[in-house]
Amino acid sequence: MSAQSKSIFGRLDTLTLVLYLSLVFIGVMTVFSVEHRSTDPSIFMMNKNHMRQFIWLGVSLFVGLIIIFTDSKFFSSFAYLSYTIGISLLIITIFAGSDVKGSHSWLGPPGLRFQPGEVCKIFTSLALSKFLSSPDTNFQTLRHRLIGAAFALAPAVLIILQKETGLALVYFCFFLVMYREGLPNIILIIGFSLVALTLASLLVDRLVLFIIITALTAAGGYLIRRELKRNVSARILLVGAWLVCILFSQVMVPVLFKYVLQKHQIERIYSTLGQDVPESYMKSGQKKDEKKGNVSDYNVKQSKIAIGSGGFWGKGFLNGTSTKNEFVPEQHTDFIFCAIGEQFGFFGSGILIALYVSLMLRLIYLAERQRSAFSRIYGYCVASILFFHFAINISMTIGLAPVIGITLPFLSYGGSSLLSFSILMFIMLRLDSDRQVMIR
Amino acid sequence: MSIAANPRQFVIRTIFISMAIIMLIRLFFLQVVEDKYKVMANDIAIFRKVVYPPRGAILDRRGKPMLYNERVYDLMVTPSNVGKSLDTQSLCEVLGITTQDFTKMLNKTRIKSGPMRKGVFIEEMSAQQTARFQENMYNFPGFEMAERFRRTYPRASAALMLGYIGEVSPDMLKKEQYASYQQGDYTGMNGLERSYEDVLRGQRGVHFLERDNFNRPREPYKGGTLDTQEIAGKNLELYLDADLQELGEKLMRNKLGAVVAIDPKTGGILAMVSAPNYDPNLLRGTERTKNYSKLYRDATKPLLNRATQAYYQPGSTMKPMTALIGLDVGAITPSFGYPCAGGYYACGKRIGCTHTGGGHAANLRLAMAHSCNAYFVHVFRLIADNKKFGGVKKGVQAWHKYCYDFGFGHPTGVDIPFEMSGKAPDSNTYNKMYNGSWNSCTMLFVGMGQGEIALTPLQLANAMCIIANKGYYYTPHFVKSIGNNPNDPLLKKYHEKHVVTHIPDTFFDVVAKGMQDVVEHGTGTVAKMEGIEICAKTGTVENKAVVNGQAMKMKDHSVFVAFAPRVNPRIAIAVVVENAGFGATWAGPVASLMIEKYLLDSVSSKRKGLQEKMYNANLVNKYTYAIDSAQRLRDAARMQRREDQKRITDSIAFAKDSIKAMRFFNKYYIKKNK
Repeated sequence: MSAQSKSIFGRLDTLTLVLYLSLVFIGVMTVFSVEHRSTDPSIFMMNKNHMRQFIWLGVSLFVGLIIIFTDSKFFSSFAYLSYTIGISLLIITIFAGSDVKGSHSWLGPPGLRFQPGEVCKIFTSLALSKFLSSPDTNFQTLRHRLIGAAFALAPAVLIILQKETGLALVYFCFFLVMYREGLPNIILIIGFSLVALTLASLLVDRLVLFIIITALTAAGGYLIRRELKRNVSARILLVGAWLVCILFSQVMVPVLFKYVLQKHQIERIYSTLGQDVPESYMKSGQKKDEKKGNVSDYNVKQSKIAIGSGGFWGKGFLNGTSTKNEFVPEQHTDFIFCAIGEQFGFFGSGILIALYVSLMLRLIYLAERQRSAFSRIYGYCVASILFFHFAINISMTIGLAPVIGITLPFLSYGGSSLLSFSILMFIMLRLDSDRQVMIR
Repeated sequence: MSIAANPRQFVIRTIFISMAIIMLIRLFFLQVVEDKYKVMANDIAIFRKVVYPPRGAILDRRGKPMLYNERVYDLMVTPSNVGKSLDTQSLCEVLGITTQDFTKMLNKTRIKSGPMRKGVFIEEMSAQQTARFQENMYNFPGFEMAERFRRTYPRASAALMLGYIGEVSPDMLKKEQYASYQQGDYTGMNGLERSYEDVLRGQRGVHFLERDNFNRPREPYKGGTLDTQEIAGKNLELYLDADLQELGEKLMRNKLGAVVAIDPKTGGILAMVSAPNYDPNLLRGTERTKNYSKLYRDATKPLLNRATQAYYQPGSTMKPMTALIGLDVGAITPSFGYPCAGGYYACGKRIGCTHTGGGHAANLRLAMAHSCNAYFVHVFRLIADNKKFGGVKKGVQAWHKYCYDFGFGHPTGVDIPFEMSGKAPDSNTYNKMYNGSWNSCTMLFVGMGQGEIALTPLQLANAMCIIANKGYYYTPHFVKSIGNNPNDPLLKKYHEKHVVTHIPDTFFDVVAKGMQDVVEHGTGTVAKMEGIEICAKTGTVENKAVVNGQAMKMKDHSVFVAFAPRVNPRIAIAVVVENAGFGATWAGPVASLMIEKYLLDSVSSKRKGLQEKMYNANLVNKYTYAIDSAQRLRDAARMQRREDQKRITDSIAFAKDSIKAMRFFNKYYIKKNK
């Protein structure tokens, strides 16, 4: 085999590596741009976050190197053990974790703190891949499907107990992997539709939404028109789906907001999206200016201002007035995308999104070319985790999703985030370099 | 494997791509379609800072500062940076305050400007506080000194002439003249500070700074490319001689009156004293309002610039002008004499003359030297009744024209504000006073400077310039050059030569010689000085004041005018000392000493005694205070009456209205409801 004859470095996927390195480089530069002041004496200041991030990058690359020199079979044999370690760490955290900014999810002495929930993503990926690829597993049976779901959801439950809901939500991304491995279509469709429908009923005008849903149903009906002619149940299903959507968005949400939910709950829901409460849902006697606006509301507003003021070409590197002057809280971690949006505008944001999408599509391409199921499933895990972080993080900075504290992969400042994503990537690169070998 | 591609991978790819497309659409709307975010970002992040340039200084003729910007320090504090580790005790010791004060002041600052921003802790630290704090600054994190400039008058003189600055009032802001000002800006309120406001204040700069989430200014926005630079105010260089001014103010101490000294060659004012004067440093900073009202209430009226705003009858100092007019009209010749035997009786009523000796008015020079009243009253009548004009009314009109040319009856146009015009009577004045039936006997006093004529000391000094220059003058002014440029457009009008009459030089020579005689052997020998030919004229002015509703004769004003030397004169001066007595006794020495100081640069030791006597004399009469307080009481009573009247009118009107309303109500409303 020609591939085997090359050295280990030659067998690594160049495109993935380039995409990874460019994203990490953009990350360091963005953290730098957020912190740099024209009064700073030098750009190499060890007390600044960008230099720390630089060091973490070094650490990540070193760990990556170790992974590359590890035998690829090690990961599959180590999978269950690592998962056990991860779960134990999570349990320990519940009792012995320390509080950082209201979440109880950090472990370790100050200075060396890390989030077990972050690291556990790797272990869960490995364990799930191992389970699904095992010859004893038949994923068409309900029992094995439930076990698979349990693999993904057990850490999520433990993380929710640590009051870190955002991180826990990430574990739902494994359903995307399980879908690829044979979970029925309908679960994915229903899941996505529910999320989309909920967000849409909050963000989009009711009449517009009615038209959109009807149009989508009509389009769907046109696509499966033959099926509809032949099958009565298909017709019922289509009309039923349409009816459910309309009922949910046109009746249930308004009734819920008008008569069931309290004023503060409504405000909370809208403010996590960075929106003002619409007139129609306001309680009598409530004024628009009256609400104080809670923290996440402020964050999203400032973040939208920062991104929106970037324009098409952006304000230029180091010229972001909002980000440089700390109007956006958490702008070097969760809200790092603001810095890109403000400094490089729609153009730069578009390029960044393109980089992410290319990386994720490339990962799927890599996954699909694996000989062993373990490697394939693991590849999907990495792509799905990336996708969840990417989609939710950017959506929350532009007011499309509620503010839940999860990081933007490779860009956000923070050692444990960068390190865990790098490890995920490098394991995939290592497995891919041995893609002809069957790994059990 | 790749041959039998799993269809679900495409579903997942589609999900990835559609998510990216949704984001891009959203971003497109946020960043490209919507404009409001750009405005909002600028609003929150850009701070417009107005930078005030230093105001111009005012220097005397030798470049000595009269008014400049003094550096003072405010102690600033950022409350959030004041740590628990601060040694409060030693800071209080350094600043000389108690710990209770410290807590109180810190809380005040915190409330005023917030915990994160810098606020003033102590305004204008004393020199001692500044020095001690500077040494120990590193011990007190959170505290720092901020430099500021304050107008200061190092010589504490010429208060009314230099003026002062104050905050523009809301009323002033409505006027077009103050269009470029904002609330809180300072502007010249009086004196040169007001007249030369435009050049002194320079041009404000606007700097754009970025600010952070706590509203603290940070670095320049866009590297300062949008900023406009401030331009410093220009300095004013004056003709004023600071030493001469100081001498004048000392000589006029404890007296009421004024001194104006002008360089006749340029019209430049060498000294202008209005007595009593005050320390201009009182009218600045936080103490201004308090001190201003104190000065305002003072019976001696220190805020009145007696040199340009007070009216005095010129008395005998009018006589040189009368002589010149008489000569020019042809009413008299230099050899004209009048047989005065101690009075003038031609109009029935006696007009007294201090000299009785025969021949003391045998010709113009003698009459001038002895200041013969009869002679000049007669000359005035000769002018007014001159056949050339045909009738006394036309004669007086011609007299008025001469007076006007000499600068009487209208403001001279000096470069400090609020100058008064003085009074120069014409036929209309007398037509009104006497219903048209009057003759030269009615108002002959004007010829000797009494009666309806009233001049400011500045006008008197200016008239001396005209005589000294033999027929021309430059508008009196303070400023020699602006920012070392003597040809500044603002000064153009002061370079214009005003040729006022075409009286021949010979007549001027005669009058000047007569005035020289005044000093040599006439009424003004007190002003005599060796080696300098001084031409002068004394004046002892009768005046009246209203006391208890009755016109009462007060002690005479002492007036003295002079110019020197006779040939090529360098200084013309007018001195008025209110209610002091003879012109030669008080005003004379002031003028003489100031001429000596200016021409010889110092007062000779022989005359130190005279100087001391002048320094120590207190000529403010006790009744000045009595008259003033009586006047104030009357004013207050009048005000009270007016207010009462208004209140009564108002309440009557109100009562009428309510009765009307009641009737209306009864008529229409109650009827309907029945």
